[in-house]
Amino acid sequence: STSSRTIHVVTCDGRNIIGNLKGFDQKTNIILDECHERVFSPDAPVEQVPLGLYIVRGDNIAIIGEVDEEVDAELDLSAIMAEPLAAVVH
Amino acid sequence: LVAGSVRTMLFYSFFKTLVGKEIVVELKNDLAIRGTLHSVDQYLNVKLLDISVVEPDKFPHMQSIKHCFIRGSVIRYAQLPKAEVDVELLQDAARREAQQQKAAK
Repeated sequence: STSSRTIHVVTCDGRNIIGNLKGFDQKTNIILDECHERVFSPDAPVEQVPLGLYIVRGDNIAIIGEVDEEVDAELDLSAIMAEPLAAVVH
Repeated sequence: LVAGSVRTMLFYSFFKTLVGKEIVVELKNDLAIRGTLHSVDQYLNVKLLDISVVEPDKFPHMQSIKHCFIRGSVIRYAQLPKAEVDVELLQDAARREAQQQKAAK
């Protein structure tokens, strides 16, 4: 956990992106390595889409969560069905 | 106009007095998160510890997150413990701030 943390980013358009935090700056632009998007749907189980190496622009970020790896490993994503998160409305 | 104005630090200072207290942050995407205020910055970005989502059945998206950073620009409301807020003091400070800004123009 010292080299790079696993984080869960919620973007302003309602996406959930999980990856390794490689860097960030004052504007909260971030670099995420080996990231994937978790797509939520009310009719289907969670879909994980691999993305690779991403730069996410700070002004598009709503939440940065610290992933508890133990809890995340126990999650049964195939059982989770929910509406996707809404987009941020200013 | 610079986003996250640093001229007035009133609410930044106010939030600093609430560090360690439990608050609920309602975001502009309707998600509400309860947690202990760990820190705040000049942009009113907040870091919350030991979070719990207010409607967990509707929002199961963040189940493996214990601590999180929330960007100030996406916060709609912050719900604060009444006992921790001296409303009169805040009101006075805001009034003085408004007068100072008016005088500075």
